Amino acid sequence: MAVISYREALNRAMDEEMARDPMVVLMGEEVAQYDGAYKVSRGLLGKYGPERVLDTPITELGFTGLGVGAAIAGVRPVVEWMTHNFALLALDQVVNEAAKLRHMSGGGLSVPIVFRGPNGPAEYLSSQHSQGLASYWAHVPGLKVVAPANPADAYGLLKSAIRDDDPVVVLESEMMYGDKGEVPDGEYLVQIGKASVVRSGSGISLVAFGRPVKYALEAAALLEKRGIDAEVVDLRSLRPLDEETVMASVRKTGRAVVVDESWPAASVGAYVAHRIATVCFDALDAPVGFVSSEDVPMPYNHALELAVQPSADKIVAAVLRALYLEE
Amino acid sequence: MAESIVMIALSPTMQDGVIAEWIAEEGQAVKPGDALCEVETDKATMPYESPVSGTVLKIVKAAGQTAAVGEIIAVLGKPGEDWAAVIAGATPVAERPAAGPSAGVTSTEASFPALGPIEPTVAAPAAPPLSAPPAAPRASTASAPSSPAGASPSSPAGIPPSSPLARRLARDGSVDLRTLRGSGPHGRVVARDIMAAAGKDTVNADAPKSAAPGGASIGMASRGLRDERVPLSRMRSIIAKRLGDSYSEAPHFFVRAAIDMERLLELRAAVNEGRDKPIGLNAFVMKLTAAALERHPLVNASWEGDAIRYRPAADIGLAVSLDAGLITPVVRACERKGVEDIDAELADMVARARSGALKPEEYADASFTVSNLGQYGVEEFTAIINPPGSAILTLGAVSKEAVVRGDAIVARRTMRVTLSSDHRVIDGAVAAAFVAELKALLEEPALALV
Repeated sequence: MAVISYREALNRAMDEEMARDPMVVLMGEEVAQYDGAYKVSRGLLGKYGPERVLDTPITELGFTGLGVGAAIAGVRPVVEWMTHNFALLALDQVVNEAAKLRHMSGGGLSVPIVFRGPNGPAEYLSSQHSQGLASYWAHVPGLKVVAPANPADAYGLLKSAIRDDDPVVVLESEMMYGDKGEVPDGEYLVQIGKASVVRSGSGISLVAFGRPVKYALEAAALLEKRGIDAEVVDLRSLRPLDEETVMASVRKTGRAVVVDESWPAASVGAYVAHRIATVCFDALDAPVGFVSSEDVPMPYNHALELAVQPSADKIVAAVLRALYLEE
Repeated sequence: MAESIVMIALSPTMQDGVIAEWIAEEGQAVKPGDALCEVETDKATMPYESPVSGTVLKIVKAAGQTAAVGEIIAVLGKPGEDWAAVIAGATPVAERPAAGPSAGVTSTEASFPALGPIEPTVAAPAAPPLSAPPAAPRASTASAPSSPAGASPSSPAGIPPSSPLARRLARDGSVDLRTLRGSGPHGRVVARDIMAAAGKDTVNADAPKSAAPGGASIGMASRGLRDERVPLSRMRSIIAKRLGDSYSEAPHFFVRAAIDMERLLELRAAVNEGRDKPIGLNAFVMKLTAAALERHPLVNASWEGDAIRYRPAADIGLAVSLDAGLITPVVRACERKGVEDIDAELADMVARARSGALKPEEYADASFTVSNLGQYGVEEFTAIINPPGSAILTLGAVSKEAVVRGDAIVARRTMRVTLSSDHRVIDGAVAAAFVAELKALLEEPALALV
């Protein structure tokens, strides 16, 4: 099994899918000549040519709409957004067109498109370029939304997304592009809609997605030293949500802390916490804990920037509350 | 908002308790965990810790008064709040409107089974079982506020808040939530409290794996199972060392007897007649044990390797279980003290043992030890000798047994005791003579006067 970076895993997924299916194209700002703002598309222009790897103008609504139209016509576009912050300009094409067309055409149309790019807080980027926007997409029926938290899932989920006949939003993380991990050498797919228990435990369930899965694993290591055996569930797919895996974990442990790097209100994490509280009511020994970013625009000051985000220490504190070990 | 503080069951068999003493005064601010008062139960005097923060607005049950489990003993709140309204607002459970989702209400109600097989066995007051329909309030002293008609010990204020998991575990394990003091915020009963009540030593309070819809229900026995390594607490390592050494070094042998308790229980009832603070059975047993030791001083001794030290006083320890282990507070020179003094010392030391405030010299160097598991309903058991003493006496539950008297079979309240002795110090005949003496004294306490 090769150890490659999250960035290389995404690149390999696109490379293999473009080689497998000539209808797969990549489009976005600087994806061709510049190899992508974060070098995720490195080498693809040389391999597949300018007809399949397209540099677009800085017009998110325009090129996202171009991708949706091409998908209706039978192309399988991968639209790279430089970040999800800029994708807000393209909301209408995703929410009102891509997500709705299968439904509104009575099943006559499908939109096999992937929207991908980094989401969530990065560093030194201040308020407009450093925010977790998962719920903007996870809110919408008709979309599928995935958030890989390691290179193997980045590879397997992106391949599944490209092969999916419905629009899939991929939430990557700028801070994880350099993360390395084992990725199987042969081709493999990660099914969309399946969560993963990345650490087995019996004392409490930590439920997270994307980059905060790393914080949850760090917290679990800290908790282990205190004799607390935490299970970590990586949602991987936000829509559809794998409630079966989450609830099985919570029924086993009797306690849960949900972690989301978005703001707390109307967030995916808040929804997951609500589902746990409802479905697992009789199994819970404590209110479901929730660690999110603070309910403020991202500060530029680096200390504050870190302070408003979830962290392993904040998760540990929430766990101790859920176990009635601290007030 | 002002909150009523109700009497809770401080032991599994307690149905009412006497306020021995108020520690907090009206007007005093308290935090959760602060002792509000001392409560005399059928077993011991225990501190009643405040489940909430607030100011003591009104003491409803004065020192010396009896309160049934569920009865209001005080009202806490912010200074100036209307405590009278809180007392007036207490409604019996049957009249309480359903609140919240019906599923929650159902599971709450369903989680209060009768106490089950463990019945009060030692001098329990004649009170209706907890599952009985509301009865008229027990007559209380004139200064107590009158309860609304039909109020019973099972008033809603007697039901502690509890987590859903705790309620399910209580239901499945036949644990009565009302007998518990919740360790969670605002006195919430959480899973670990149920585990503790069910005798499951637990650190992580793992939930069962049986909750899958339609899954088979698994009994309490499997709920505590887990794959976990728990480092020893200091107390646990000391217990392990001392008892391990004792059991491997001292050759134990056991002498048993069944003791007719009718006379002693009558005596105790007579002594307690009109007393604000009833004296517990342990104090009587310890007093009479001291008398037996005076007559059999060979039993009151320590093994010292190259000598046996005979001890000049009956320093009797009483085994007390704590959440973290057990401890034996020692009442010195029981042969020179009255049962009232012994009882008072025990109450003080047991309370402080539970709060971790017992000093080492108060639980060290017993010449003899008594261990009473009668409250759990066990018939009899054997104990490991608590050094430096050379013998330990165990007390089983007091229960009615069929006994032949003359040519008739009669029901007599009987207690089974077992003496564990260190054969290096005490020979079989010595132990047997001591147990016979003790049996005679417990069956006819007047012999102690001779």
